[in-house]
Amino acid sequence: MRAAAPDRGGMVRRLAGRYRKRAPGEPRAVGYLYILPALAVFGLFLLWPLGQTAWLSLLHWDGLTRATWAGWDNYRDLLTDPQLRAPFAHAAVLLLFYAVLPVAAGLLLTAALTRFRVRGMTFFRTVLFLPQVLAMVVVGVAWRSILAPDGLLNDALGAVGLDGLTRSWLGDDRFALPAVGVIGTWVETGLCLVLFLAGAQRIPRELYEAARIDGAGAVREFFTVTLPGLRAEVSVALTLTVVAALRNFDLVYITTSGGPGNATSVPAYEVYRRAFETGEVGSASAMGITLTAVIFALTLVVTRLVEGRSR
Amino acid sequence: MSPTKTPARQPARTARTRTGTTSSLDRAVTYGLLGLFALIALTPLVGILSTALSSQTSLDTGFSLPDGLNWRNFADAWTRGHFGRYLLSSVVVAAAVVALTTVLATLAAYAFGTMRFPGSQVLFHLFVLGLTLPQEAVVVPLYFDLRHWGLTDTYWGLILPQTAQSLAFGVFWMRTYFRNVPRSLLEAARIDGATGFATLTRVLVPMGRPAFATLTVIVFMWTWNEFLLALVMVSDEAHRTVPLGLAFFQGQHSSDTALLAAAATLIALPVVLVYLVLQRRFIQGMLTGSAKE
Repeated sequence: MRAAAPDRGGMVRRLAGRYRKRAPGEPRAVGYLYILPALAVFGLFLLWPLGQTAWLSLLHWDGLTRATWAGWDNYRDLLTDPQLRAPFAHAAVLLLFYAVLPVAAGLLLTAALTRFRVRGMTFFRTVLFLPQVLAMVVVGVAWRSILAPDGLLNDALGAVGLDGLTRSWLGDDRFALPAVGVIGTWVETGLCLVLFLAGAQRIPRELYEAARIDGAGAVREFFTVTLPGLRAEVSVALTLTVVAALRNFDLVYITTSGGPGNATSVPAYEVYRRAFETGEVGSASAMGITLTAVIFALTLVVTRLVEGRSR
Repeated sequence: MSPTKTPARQPARTARTRTGTTSSLDRAVTYGLLGLFALIALTPLVGILSTALSSQTSLDTGFSLPDGLNWRNFADAWTRGHFGRYLLSSVVVAAAVVALTTVLATLAAYAFGTMRFPGSQVLFHLFVLGLTLPQEAVVVPLYFDLRHWGLTDTYWGLILPQTAQSLAFGVFWMRTYFRNVPRSLLEAARIDGATGFATLTRVLVPMGRPAFATLTVIVFMWTWNEFLLALVMVSDEAHRTVPLGLAFFQGQHSSDTALLAAAATLIALPVVLVYLVLQRRFIQGMLTGSAKE
């Protein structure tokens, strides 16, 4: 909207053309007809429930008996009840594993990989991106076998003489959350790498040559050429990974079910548990709405901060 | 700085300039890193595949190496685990969601991309909103609504909400395609006497095969892999999709690792096969989903 403010002449023409056929197109009203079926489904099964969630978040309701008015109680509980605050704290930790680590790893690797054209890139891209297309339940089942007490990780630790470090990674109070996080890092790193490698190929070669003629080392070259050139890609990568981190339901359900205790409870899982297992629909809805607000806020911050002036 | 053969031990600066060849150390490091990351990406998958082919008697919950090729696990998952049935449910739901999304998104995107009418911007952004909206924001009332309408434990209970969610991407993606169609083409079709609808079905749809291919594979993958919605909407076995089947299976046979791995392989296989063939479309589609205007 802000980009294309129509000039006055355009306004007049638009008004004049209200009932007239427009140049390449159609009488305008037909546009609504084309949109109607999609809007009906979208409205009925997405927008309407979204509004209902907002409404439910203001009620106390167990899903069966009559609901009572709660006002802002459910939201206040999110701030005061440690049981409800913990999932958001866990989500913050997961953000580190899902978004920050993969983006950092992707950038470092890209810096190392932009020195010449790699042969077999299609193969590497296909393999690195593969975790992205798998169902999270499949990823969860695979990683359970790695993190199990008699799993691959402990076997590997044992093989190099680090038996002291072995443990039930997903069953340990302190390690369960980082363990779930590592799975996220595994899923998202390939995505970041593929994005950045594609972006780095679009950076003009002359910029690198100019930097080298100026005597820039690898580090300065990275900060003056590679990183600025990848701004848009970093923004996309952060948006996708942040959303993935916060929408994380499947993986937690399959690997830990929020446990041990509530060590790995995350907002997405808590919404499900409260609404469908413990009968706290209002509280679940408040959490869902808050989660949505956090996702929107974070993606907005990412686009503003990373893309900055270019927007 | 001779542009001829570069010996391995040249000064670093010369080796890095693009006029010559790169030092073999650079090469080794690059391929080493890529190889390492590829290995990390593949390990869990190879582990699952290997376990799926191993003998069933092993009580190890970790990965196992196969002692020969044991296809029995797959047969067992198919029959004893009822995965044949779950696959059928998944195919029905995925096919319906892909078809519905494609048709509805194409119609809407055609209007958004080629026509101007009051409110089109607002309506379009309403659809785009769906790209970042988490399911957790809608799934709770959706369950009570669908139950009220008698749609829980039906295919429609899975198809309609997933179509709504896919429309956000579908409308966004197809609008980009329609906007990039040259205006002159639309005008030519118009001069030839084609109505708006004929222009869409006879000219733009056949021309837009690549855009449709991307839309199809992305929506197929999302629907095939969807878990939360199936978990909430389906309680009877007849409508269980494969991800849900795997979760239940894990709950009941958590010690039967080989069978579990075989089931996981069955779920992943269709998407991975399509991905291997249409890799570019997947990557393109999944990476543009967030690149909003």
